[in-house]
Amino acid sequence: MVAFAMPAGVTRAQVEGIAALAHLDLDPSEVELFTRQLSDVLAYVDELQQIDTNGVPPTADVASGGALDRPDEVRPCLDPADALANAPDPALDTALGAFFKVPRVIG
Amino acid sequence: MTMSHAGPETIRDVRDSVRSGARSAVDVCRDALARVSASDSTLHAFHTVTADRALARAADLDRDRDRWRTAPLAGVPVALKDNLCTRGVKTTAASKILESFVPPYDATVIDRLERAGAVVIGKTNCDEFAMGSSTENSAFGPTHNPWGTNRAPGGSSGGSAAAVAARMAPLALGSDTGGSIRQPAAFCGIVGLKPTYGRVSRYGLLAFASSLDQIGPMTLTVHDAAIALNVIAGADTADATSASEPVPDYTAALTGDVRAAKIGVPWKILESGIDGEVMGAFRAALDALAARGATIVDVELPHARHAIAVYYLVATAEASSNLARYDGVRYGLRAPGALEAMYARTRALGFGAEVKRRIMLGTYVLSAGYYDAYYLKAQQVRTLITRDYERAFERVDAVAMPTSPTPAFRIGERVADPLQMYLADVFTVSANLAGLPAISVPCGFTAEKMPVGLQLTGRRFDEATLLRFADAYERDTAWWTQSPPALQEVHD
Repeated sequence: MVAFAMPAGVTRAQVEGIAALAHLDLDPSEVELFTRQLSDVLAYVDELQQIDTNGVPPTADVASGGALDRPDEVRPCLDPADALANAPDPALDTALGAFFKVPRVIG
Repeated sequence: MTMSHAGPETIRDVRDSVRSGARSAVDVCRDALARVSASDSTLHAFHTVTADRALARAADLDRDRDRWRTAPLAGVPVALKDNLCTRGVKTTAASKILESFVPPYDATVIDRLERAGAVVIGKTNCDEFAMGSSTENSAFGPTHNPWGTNRAPGGSSGGSAAAVAARMAPLALGSDTGGSIRQPAAFCGIVGLKPTYGRVSRYGLLAFASSLDQIGPMTLTVHDAAIALNVIAGADTADATSASEPVPDYTAALTGDVRAAKIGVPWKILESGIDGEVMGAFRAALDALAARGATIVDVELPHARHAIAVYYLVATAEASSNLARYDGVRYGLRAPGALEAMYARTRALGFGAEVKRRIMLGTYVLSAGYYDAYYLKAQQVRTLITRDYERAFERVDAVAMPTSPTPAFRIGERVADPLQMYLADVFTVSANLAGLPAISVPCGFTAEKMPVGLQLTGRRFDEATLLRFADAYERDTAWWTQSPPALQEVHD
């Protein structure tokens, strides 16, 4: 186990803030667990701070085989009925077209 | 229990017998399905068995035999990791959030397998969204290792590995983001190949970390891995990161000749933290390669020991972004509530603990104020890891390491401590970070008869050399001809 005095520890409030950003409704026991576990992982990855990376470019692309272009042409795509087949609340034949419906957003 | 073909049965055996007419595709398919029903209540390798579809497809092959006479996978039963989209067949990624998701399209690899004559028999268990090293993070229960059912099969492609090891199918596809093909292959005593990033189209693979994910074959023999790679490799206009690099005939590379081979071993990072029996099997494998004429030399990978730290920053950052799509709108589970609350509740109900943990970590390292310290720093160290390999490959043709520092651990042993679980990937993650091909080939057993894997990592797009070395080693050892006790019980 990693010692409790962690340089990179996160607080409960931070974990709650991250959960809101990530759209995750955590219960109090999960907040407590993740506060501890994220602190453990962040303490572990802190070893990277000791590496001299001055002037080292960050990796942006590992695709060395030449990314693949294709002609910009209109091609067949998914049928709307197929695209909506897995939707929790599909709206296929409305006057305005086919939609994924979401719960009411305003008033 | 009687089986008409109880012994090891390779892709090559099956394919040749179907091509020549010695066996029908339906007969082969029935056998595979019988093995699944005999062993899978114990092993839980499969989520979904597509028996009716498979038999109908095999009957189609038999009706049109002429068309498949030269097909590379004629009549070969295939198991697919359940994060590969299959049209009309449930694809769950072992997650509650996709429990009833039925894709409207096939992944490119499945198209290619079927055009080569393969018969899909089902979808295999894995860690949820491929996040894990033991298949214990499946929302539908763990898979058991055929070599000892109280052991984990490794992960995340544990169901695919168990299915091949238990001879349910001679070919399974897995996906590998940090070792998820190679580590379960090692734990289950089979061959697992992670191709170069871009070698195989990712279209239809449920994304975990897009700069690291790659699909690859899991087979009994190296020759079979070469046959499968021939089929699935190559450019695909549906995946812009797939490479236009030509695809050689990988089976033609299997000459058995390693006399001019130079194989590097990063001895310094192998000094500690490795199980003694794993190290013994690894050294014996190097001796076998040397006896065939290969030269074993010391190489340095000074930044390799930081690979886990880099990996868990980069992979979680990408995962937090990729998994944002599971929001209860277009597919999958939806919890009740107004829009914002619906998102957060759907994701809370639908994702398991490990997936939440990684989304949280990834969101944190990408958030304002932490991005430079964590994500950017990790991507810089990733560059240094890649340069280490480039320098090593100026001197050697492949780098050898044990695939995993330990043999298969017991189910339940590591679940309480995620960091310990992450450290199981110490030798596999750097190939993903650098985009390199790597293969795990069986290299013996521990005293408790748990399999050990030898990992060889190669130059970009040089799978041919890796396959040649691994095949040469396999010719001398043939560990794959031993079958696991779970299977012997079934066939006794």
